[in-house]
Amino acid sequence: MDFDFIQRFAPMYVKAAGLTLRIGAIGILLSLAVGALCCLARWFRVPVLRQIAAVYIELARNTPLLVQLFFLYFGLPKVGVKLSAEACAITGLTFLGGAYMAEALRSGLEAVDKAQGEAGMCIGLTTLQNLRFVILPQALATAIPAIGANVIFLIKETSVFSAVALADLMYVAKDLIGMYYKTDEALLMLTVAYLTLLLPISIAFSLLERRLRYAGFGSAVQGQ
Amino acid sequence: MQDLAVLFKGNNFQRLLGGLGVTLKLSLLSVALSIALGLAVGALMTLKNPVVRAFFRLWLETVRIVPQLVLLFLVYFGLAKAFNIQITGETAAVAVFTFWGAGEMGDLVRGAITSIPAHQRESSAALGLTRGQCWRFVLLPQAARRLVPQAINLATRMIKTTSLVMLIGVVEVLKVGSQIIDAARYDAPQGAIWVYAAVFFMYFIACWPISLVAGRLEKRWTA
Repeated sequence: MDFDFIQRFAPMYVKAAGLTLRIGAIGILLSLAVGALCCLARWFRVPVLRQIAAVYIELARNTPLLVQLFFLYFGLPKVGVKLSAEACAITGLTFLGGAYMAEALRSGLEAVDKAQGEAGMCIGLTTLQNLRFVILPQALATAIPAIGANVIFLIKETSVFSAVALADLMYVAKDLIGMYYKTDEALLMLTVAYLTLLLPISIAFSLLERRLRYAGFGSAVQGQ
Repeated sequence: MQDLAVLFKGNNFQRLLGGLGVTLKLSLLSVALSIALGLAVGALMTLKNPVVRAFFRLWLETVRIVPQLVLLFLVYFGLAKAFNIQITGETAAVAVFTFWGAGEMGDLVRGAITSIPAHQRESSAALGLTRGQCWRFVLLPQAARRLVPQAINLATRMIKTTSLVMLIGVVEVLKVGSQIIDAARYDAPQGAIWVYAAVFFMYFIACWPISLVAGRLEKRWTA
């Protein structure tokens, strides 16, 4: 193991980790937005939009990100739509993530007991108030574990962006292997980099999950 | 639009299907190995021994946190460099996907077994069933209902993840697609969009029915 090499090239990994994290964060936020829109379209049974959301979710969930990315980066320019590697990466991640987030949110909404919404209407809450104060708090508490799993999954998926020459962690590692043939060192730093990024996120979500478990209304009683 | 023809020129379409065959072969082999190993791993995960628990916990967290592409690189390039073990991309892929799948499958098995309320076991004991009968008639049928839809979902995830193996030099459907595009660079300059769209839908056609079955089973069995 060549520690001088590690010391010399560690800053490249830090920079690349920044890019990975930035694309991951933007992609995840957009995914949540897309997921929430799809989920609401299906929840309120909005005509047309609801069918579009259903088709989109099936398409995105049943195809690999790498194929979606190749289509965006190599395919679309042929019909005049030219996106930068970064724009492709964010679009691809949002396309994939939106569907996964929609499913996570939907499972949360469906887990809320029907009687809760009905009771909300009975005491005179409007549809929006009902959603805001009764249904969403319970639905989110149930959906958090799935959302956390999706966040980690999406950050991991960013590793394929090296295939369209985006200088993320994976790309730096491939580059160093190619240039210096320091395979051990490059791969070690790569693994360490992903662990440093993802372990804190993983731990944070399991803490959050533990806290929110108390929010499950009446579930302790129904579980018996 | 006329470049759509590149898909069907010569034996291009057969080659794409052959690539899809490689994809499916790799993923089905990994799925089969993962299920077999995962059942054993899952049974071990339910043990209370702290050393065993810590070991499986570490394994599971590793495969959950390290991206599959990194694992592929570690096995394919890392092993060759560090220990001079030369394996083909296919072997590396099956090894990585099985290592990943067995961990995930084990956790699903553990979840399915521990989700069965204790009173099921207790009441079967009260009815006078032996331990073997209890597993055979009470616990396993209930665990299987939870497990099967989730295991099928894991299988579709593995099929999708096999697209990564082109990055370690395995010629599967995506790689065949880019070879076709490269070969037709001058005859069909706009071929890329059609070829990648075709690959996209091939994956969709491979995975969608499986997802549908999983969804159906889940709905029917959790009601």
